Parts: sequence; C-alpha cells; structure tokens
Amino acid sequence: MAVYRKTYRRYQGALTPEWSRCLVLTRYSFEDMKRRRMLALIVLGSSIWPVLCALGIYLHHNLSALKLLDINPAKLIPINALFFMTYLGVQSMFAFFLTAFVGPGLISPDLSNNALPLYLSRPFSRAEYALGRISVLWILLSSITWVPGFLLFGLQAYLEEGWAGQNLRILSGLFIGSWVWILLLSLLALALSAWVKWKPVAGALMFGTFFVAGGFGSAINEVMRTKWGHLLNLSHLIGTIWVSLFEEPMRLGAGAAFFRVARGEEIPVWCAWVSLGAFCGVCLYMLARKIRGVEVVRG
Amino acid sequence: MAAIIELDRLEVELGGRTILKQLNCSLTGRAIGLLGPNGAGKSTLINTLLGFYPPSAGTARVLGRDIRTAARNVRSLIGYMPESDSFIAGMSGVRFVRMMAELAGVPAEAALERAHEAFFYVGLGEARYREVGTYSLGMKQMTKLAQAIVHGPRLLFLDEPTNGLDPPARQRMIELIREIRDRGDLQLVLSSHLLHDVEECCDQVLILKDGSIAAFSNLEEERRSNRHFLEMETRGGDAAFVEAIQRLGCEAAWSGNGVIKLVMPDEVGIRQLYRLASERQVQIRRLHHKRDSLEDIFLKAMGVDRAGTNGGAARPEGTSGRL
Repeated sequence: MAVYRKTYRRYQGALTPEWSRCLVLTRYSFEDMKRRRMLALIVLGSSIWPVLCALGIYLHHNLSALKLLDINPAKLIPINALFFMTYLGVQSMFAFFLTAFVGPGLISPDLSNNALPLYLSRPFSRAEYALGRISVLWILLSSITWVPGFLLFGLQAYLEEGWAGQNLRILSGLFIGSWVWILLLSLLALALSAWVKWKPVAGALMFGTFFVAGGFGSAINEVMRTKWGHLLNLSHLIGTIWVSLFEEPMRLGAGAAFFRVARGEEIPVWCAWVSLGAFCGVCLYMLARKIRGVEVVRG
Repeated sequence: MAAIIELDRLEVELGGRTILKQLNCSLTGRAIGLLGPNGAGKSTLINTLLGFYPPSAGTARVLGRDIRTAARNVRSLIGYMPESDSFIAGMSGVRFVRMMAELAGVPAEAALERAHEAFFYVGLGEARYREVGTYSLGMKQMTKLAQAIVHGPRLLFLDEPTNGLDPPARQRMIELIREIRDRGDLQLVLSSHLLHDVEECCDQVLILKDGSIAAFSNLEEERRSNRHFLEMETRGGDAAFVEAIQRLGCEAAWSGNGVIKLVMPDEVGIRQLYRLASERQVQIRRLHHKRDSLEDIFLKAMGVDRAGTNGGAARPEGTSGRL
C-alpha cells in the first residue's frame, strides 16, 4: 500500500495545456458510462445496420456469393445517395435513442449537487464545461453515424473503381448531415438536462420536443391551410436539409416514415437551416442561463 | 506587504439591486476574515472575486490580477471551498478530488497522488474510496477543503468552512486552517458567521454591513498594540499612585474603585509596577491585558452596544460569537 505524506505542499510541476482540460470531463464521463449495460446494448444495436449495409455493398460486388445465396442481383438496392441517406436515417434513430438515454444525465447531476461552483472556480470557463459535456455525445453519436458511414463509403469506393470520384457529394452529405443531426440532438439534450433535474423526465421531453412540436406544426398546417407549420417540425427540417445535401428528390427512404414529406409541402431549404439555427440558438440560450457558478435570483 | 486583494470602488448589482456598494480597501493579511450578518454581501464578494458575478462598477485585483481582465488567471491561483453542499454524484472521494485537480491543470498521474495526499491531510484517508454522496456532513466539509487545496493554490477562499460541524470536527477544521495559514505559502480568505473562527484564524478582518464596509481591523496589529494596554485592580491605589506610574513613563488613568488603566511603553516592565506598588503599600489584586475583542469590534461596526441596544442593526445571538 502506498504511504502518503500527511502534509500540504504546493504543486510545482508542469500544468496541462488549457485547451485539453475540457477533455477531462469527457474522459470521466466515459469512465462512468462503462458501468451502464443499457448503453452497451444501444451501441451494439446501432452497429447492426451498418454491418448489414456493409454486407449489402459486399454482395453487390460478389457475384459468386449472390449465386451461392440464390439472390437476383437486379433485386439488390443500388449503392447510391439514397442508399446512404437511408443508412443515415436508420442510424439517426439510434442516435436519437442514445441521446435520450445518455444526454439527460450529463448536466442535471451537477446542478442537483451544486457542483458547478467547483468546476467554474477553476481556470475553466462555462463554454469549456459545456464543451466537455457535449463532446461525450459528439463522440458517441459520431461513432454510430458518419464514422461507420465513411467506412461504408470507403468499402464501396474500394470495391468499385471510379465510384468515389463521382459520388463525393455523398461523403459531404454524410458528414454535414450527421453533424447537423448530432448538434441538434446534443444541444437539445444538454439544454433539457440543464433545466430538468429528473433524468427520465428530461428523456421523455426529448421525445416530446420532436413529436409534440411536429404534431403542433401539422395542426397549424391543417387549420391555417399552410405549409409553414413544418418549421416547427424538427424531423421535417432535418429531412429537408438531408435531401438537399444528398441531392436526391424528396421521397421515401430517408429514415423511412420518420422524415417523409408530403408532395407540395416542401419548405425552402434556407428556411429549414434558419429554423434549425434558431432552435439551436434557443438551446444555447437555455444552457447559458443555467450553466453559472451561482444562480442569480431576480426579484 | 503586497496586497492580496484590492477592492477599487467595487460595486455589484444583482437582479436590479446593488449588493456591494463602492467597496474600497486593500487587504494584505495572511488570513483575512470576512464578517457580517446574513445578506451583508460576504458570499457575493467572494463570488465576484471568483468571476461568478461581474462588477457593475469599479474593479478588484486578486494577487495583482484584475478580475475584469484576467479572471481565468485569477482562478488559476485560487482554491475555493463553497458554503453549500457541493460534490459530484456517483464518485468516490479520491476520484472526485483527483478530477478537480486535473481540471486545475495538474496532470492525471500527479493529480491522483495529490488527491490521496489531500485526503490524508484532511484526515479522511481511510474513507477516500467511499462515494462522496455517502459521507457525513463533516466529511463532506473536509472533502471540500481537500478539493480546494489539491492543486496547490496561492489563495484559498473558505466560505463558512465550519458550517454544520460538531465541536471536535470544528476544532479539527480550525486547526487545519491555522496550519495552512502558518505555512506561509498560502493566503486565505475566511468568510464566517462565527466570530471565534475568524478570531482564531485571521489576522485581518473586513466587516461588511448592507454591502458596505462597516469596519476593517488588523487583528494582528490590534493584538500587538494592546499587549501594552493593562487594566489593574488595586487596593489602596489612589491618584498619587497613578502619578507615580506616570513618572515611570506610562500613560495611566484612574477610573475609581481602585481600577487603573495604563499603557506601558516598551522599556517599562510589569516588575517595575509591582515594585512601585510595594513601595507605596498598594496591593495589586488583579492585572490583565485589556484589548478590544473581535466581538467588540464587530458590535461597534454594527452599531450595537454590549447591552444589546442598537440602531436597528442585527444583534448577534448571545455572546457566543455566533451572529
């Protein structure tokens, strides 16, 4: 057993770079997550679809395997923008569940236990605290969205010469589309975690934000006979942006029914960007109000 | 001595109300006490120095760094023990303190070693692997102290460190604070409701009232200067005896009933007083150093006299030193 001196002494050694300190929070969060079995199950579940997609790409280029399995090559889904958009749509749902599971526990325990003064009394800013927490979600969500997406793209590019050059837009679509989704989910989760101390309620509110706001937007459309109610529908906004990123006409496939948009109800892409930007701005404002060393009671 | 904290017309407004009003002073002590009744602005002052509240006017400098322009730098020199229950859920004590050290910039390996040391230092070595949430109130206070010193700060802010502690735990905390103070390489600011805590640990006291400075006292100087202030109870002491004392070089005043108050210069010793009394057949029944206690200073600052009458100011609870 180590023997420790019962004395106080000044620390004289070198300090870590300031930019790296927010990663301390990320590292500790991941260490804590190791103990959560449910999380492992969700991550495992989210790897099934990429594996199936990889299998699909492999079969596309392996006639002997198709013959062996007695599959007609014409019946296979083509490997194109729609294929990758569908991939992203399915993974986005796993990302959503993962965020609903992990996100609410990121900030609320610190607020409940009044830990923020401890963090913020150090050379550590509010932005760094938020970054340290949100990067947990960024890493997790990246690992199930654009990172396997890039691997699939790489596999297809490897198996079909010249394909990558013609489909570079898919790559940017995967990257930007994933990050838009990741940012939206992580900001929403963190904002809810900062305001709702009870984790299950914060998780339920994440679902509520998507489905209730979507329903409310549809109700506006019906009552006012307009399409602008979709500006409240986050799924619709994301769908619109993804379609524009992947350069595919709006149709089924992108996250299946999740992002389906009826013909004639499309909103301009810039409106979707502005609306999503405003939504993220609200989340940031909510976070800024709560992440403080001490809360100011007004009155 | 260089100023630890300089307040330069510091004003803080919160929720449309001015909480700190034009504070102006320079604190140089090794251990500075912040005293005042509830709502006086002690915690607001600490929170402002930590950068949690922005000053609405004026500024402050901590160890020469301006809190407006170098808040991060200021925080890198500070260790802070908050008043309220603060910890990170689901962590063992040592992991919690290690994390706090890492956030202050100590590399992971050194942070772990220092976390263990800090736990042993505050007397919680055996409980360091237990979850912080399961600690008793006294243990949590010690853990807060451990996280405040683990990264080796130059200035320590202690906000009500003895809150909720039983007498032995309080004594242990006070001893630790005095030990830290006496090391000399770490200054501390102690905010407390307990006069005795401040008196035992601090050499300078800033007394706040309604967001303003009600009094500033250098206890160290007070103690030094009052070392020569004597109150003598005599039998047979009269005006002639007082005159004889004055001829020795002392300032002396006879206040009736044989009580003489005197200030002795350095070159005069107690022995000379006894010799004089013996020569004049005067009995010295009692002799004691008389000085203003912190309680006297505090009561004066609050506008309260010993009998408890005041001009609307808060009255301390009894004379135990608790406000």
